[in-house]
Amino acid sequence: MIQISEVLETNHMIEKENLDVRTITVGISLLDCMDADLSVLREKIYRKITRVAKDLVPVGESIERDFGIPIVNKRISVTPISLVGSGACRCPEDYVSIARTLDEAAKAVGVNFLGGYSALVSKGMTEADRNLILSIPEALSQTEFVCSSVNVGSTKTGIDMNAVRLLGDIIHRTAELTADRDSLGCAKLVVFCNAPDDNPFMAGAFHGVTEGDAVIHVGVSGPGVVKNAVDQCRGSDFEVLCETVKKTAFKITRVGQLVAKEASRRLQIPFGIIDLSLAPTPAVGDSIAEILESMGLECTGAPGTTAALALLNDQVKKGGVMASSYVGGLSGAFIPISEDQGMIHAVNAGALTIEKLEAMTCVCSVGLDMIAIPGDTPATTISGIIADEMAIGMVNAKTTAVRLIPVIGKGVGEVVEFGGLLGYAPVMPVNTFDCSSFVNRGGRIPAPIHSFKN
Amino acid sequence: MKKYIITVVGKDSVGIIARVCTYLSENHANILDIAQTIVSGYFNMMMIVDPEKCEKSIEAMADDLDRIGEEIGVRIHLQHEDIFNMMHRI
Repeated sequence: MIQISEVLETNHMIEKENLDVRTITVGISLLDCMDADLSVLREKIYRKITRVAKDLVPVGESIERDFGIPIVNKRISVTPISLVGSGACRCPEDYVSIARTLDEAAKAVGVNFLGGYSALVSKGMTEADRNLILSIPEALSQTEFVCSSVNVGSTKTGIDMNAVRLLGDIIHRTAELTADRDSLGCAKLVVFCNAPDDNPFMAGAFHGVTEGDAVIHVGVSGPGVVKNAVDQCRGSDFEVLCETVKKTAFKITRVGQLVAKEASRRLQIPFGIIDLSLAPTPAVGDSIAEILESMGLECTGAPGTTAALALLNDQVKKGGVMASSYVGGLSGAFIPISEDQGMIHAVNAGALTIEKLEAMTCVCSVGLDMIAIPGDTPATTISGIIADEMAIGMVNAKTTAVRLIPVIGKGVGEVVEFGGLLGYAPVMPVNTFDCSSFVNRGGRIPAPIHSFKN
Repeated sequence: MKKYIITVVGKDSVGIIARVCTYLSENHANILDIAQTIVSGYFNMMMIVDPEKCEKSIEAMADDLDRIGEEIGVRIHLQHEDIFNMMHRI
């Protein structure tokens, strides 16, 4: 029988420590919508999304009520659109029209983001892939809910440096087209290495071609709960600290597992995976940086930060894996700047730089995330930063990503406001030494030696 | 059998349990267990109920209990027991 102390503990996590389920994401395959006629393709896409996901939002809300647990986001991911549109799209503008269709479908079913305006080009680009990438700035400036991602490298294939170079320009162009909104378009564009097929988190979610027709993925959260647990073991040794994080991660993930199974049953869509990521929000007390500081760092970015993050990430996985039958997606701690009050504070205090963040991405998911940089940063420098981050992912056989926002018209120290879950961020300085001759070489970086395991 | 957990948290006063129990009996919800405790001056009560014979939907009862809670100055939640089972039992 349930004990009153257990009930009170759970409800304390929900009410006082911001425990929530971050997202229920329905992955929808659009491969069966493919058509040579663009208007027929768009019609099929709209019909399939609005049919499969029509009950997602009401079912999500009824689960919230039944269990008393907030489910912050209900989202959709679709098959990478570069594939879906390859038979019908002759130019970037054709792809933009698909983005508008996706936006209308997302609006019709009431989700807050739709991911999958994506291309997978880790070894090379087809004409369709190139057209989709070229269409990203227009697509993101003309739509509200569409999120885009491009996978430019993997441990098995190496890094497509042509795509890396192109994306430096694309990120810049996206920033310019959304300059009136603090270059918000770039917050909806992620560049990946080793992108997972089943990630429920935005902006990088897409429904991989290895997935079934429709599937439910759930992303859990709960930095506030972990922070509180870590607070309770001040002064104790690492064994106690690790055990505490692990047990807490187990409890958090169990809630995600419950919600995922329940959503799967009520929507009659198979359950895919639970993503174990600790995802912060701009709310005070819902911060990854605060967990690291609670472990004993004066400020995130201080020496010891990478070790603390590695420990946190590993224990979250160890606790979470036992709590769920299927774990996947990104599964780790997110370290975005704008979405985490403690990270923002660390940047403002001068403790945290892009270089330190890069080191931190070696031990956690996902990468350089939601970082505002000066609007006059050259596109080649952005490509250089992407190349560095992709190399970390490629060599360490892990997912890494870059979501940079060159804020047009703003410089170091100024603040940009994205609103909602995207938060706000101080513009961070970027190393100004030039890398253009390197990134302009063209071609591919070969796969690392340890990828040859066959 | 689906069981639900009712929690009541707030400042202690006369008649809280009576009020909640009256509502449950009027709506044919069977109370299986009651526990209560005081945590840092606050009244905490938990009830395990079986709503099988209830005519109202769970959503409607949750709304009613919310309203009753507001009237007597406490917070009342109605939640499916599985969230607690999942979190605290392997």
